[in-house]
Amino acid sequence: MASGEALTTSGYIVHHLTNLTVGHGFWTVHLDTLIVSGLIGLFGFVGMAKLASKATSGVPGKMQSFVEMLVSFIDQQVKDTYHGKSPLITPLAITIFVWVLLMNAMDLIPVDFIPWVLSMGGVHFFKSVPTTDPNLTFGMSLTVFVMMIVMGFKVKGFGGFMHEVFTVPFGAKLAPVNLLFRLIEDVAKPISLSLRLFGNMYAGEMVFILIALLGLWQLPLALPWALFHILIITLQAFVFMMLTIVYMSMASESHG
Amino acid sequence: MNINATLIGEAIWFGVFIWITMKYVWPPLAKAMADRQKLIADGLAAGERGKNELELAAKRSADALRDAKAKAAEVIAAAEKRGAQMVEEAKLTAKVEADKVVVASKAEIAQLLEQARAELRDRVADLAVAGAERILKREVDAKAHAEMLVALKQEL
Repeated sequence: MASGEALTTSGYIVHHLTNLTVGHGFWTVHLDTLIVSGLIGLFGFVGMAKLASKATSGVPGKMQSFVEMLVSFIDQQVKDTYHGKSPLITPLAITIFVWVLLMNAMDLIPVDFIPWVLSMGGVHFFKSVPTTDPNLTFGMSLTVFVMMIVMGFKVKGFGGFMHEVFTVPFGAKLAPVNLLFRLIEDVAKPISLSLRLFGNMYAGEMVFILIALLGLWQLPLALPWALFHILIITLQAFVFMMLTIVYMSMASESHG
Repeated sequence: MNINATLIGEAIWFGVFIWITMKYVWPPLAKAMADRQKLIADGLAAGERGKNELELAAKRSADALRDAKAKAAEVIAAAEKRGAQMVEEAKLTAKVEADKVVVASKAEIAQLLEQARAELRDRVADLAVAGAERILKREVDAKAHAEMLVALKQEL
């Protein structure tokens, strides 16, 4: 609930959408995003690493079967789409899918629960779903973008990469047009990647907040929306992962 | 929507998690899965081989059984033949033996007959002499007539 004094509708919404911040200007840091995403990621990946260290090639336990199923599913997607040799792609895809899925799943915790618990500890603003923070989605998509460029250079070499930038798709005579096309194409990739995830999760969270405003009527509405949201959570994680694989495969294959 | 230093922090988190996955999550799991795949493939191959061997062994045992049966039949046939032969031989031997016995008996009978005849001759001679003594009522010199009696004996 809002800090107590003015409990207006817009005040409630704005309160829920305000990050816990430290610092000023560019050097502002959203502590809530950083902490939640970090804890979730550590929970997920250290847990999986622990499980993997005990992984047996004999009869697997239930947890190992589950993780193997997930991981081999992702690996299959990578194998179907990416035909290069980089050993980075499968771990990258696993990281994206698992991390984004776990962070999105924070959306299923009732919107007021975490802020309410933390407000008792004196923390008054807390956005508990990290993927509703564009900083996170851009942080991920720009990292993917850098990897994409590096992959392009590694596979094609500097000359090959530049050749592709200036000659595809219209040939050397229209080099400036090609460059412009390439720039738009490449810039659109990280922006669409991050804004898609951010927009979906932000809107989902917003609907949860609006439902929470309905008082008693939120009960019959929050459940169906949460059920529906499970689909969005999984789908967005999958789309982010899949597009990353596609971009990486495009970067390591010739366009023309 | 305010972009700030959080982005850098998130990129660092992202990098850390990619590193963890690349180093500690994916390789052991991939290895475990590949090993299990190999294990299962080997197991299936071994099963297939075992099945083939079983089939082969079944075939071999059926062959051996058939051979043994054939051999047994052969042995039985040979034994029967031999048995029949032995019976034939025994019959033959018995017949020969019987013939021998018959011949020996006949010889003995003939000898006995001869003996009986000889005795009879002697007795007939004696009788004849006695008869003649009574008829002649006189002393007959047995010695003088012995020659005649012997000739008579020979005639009988």
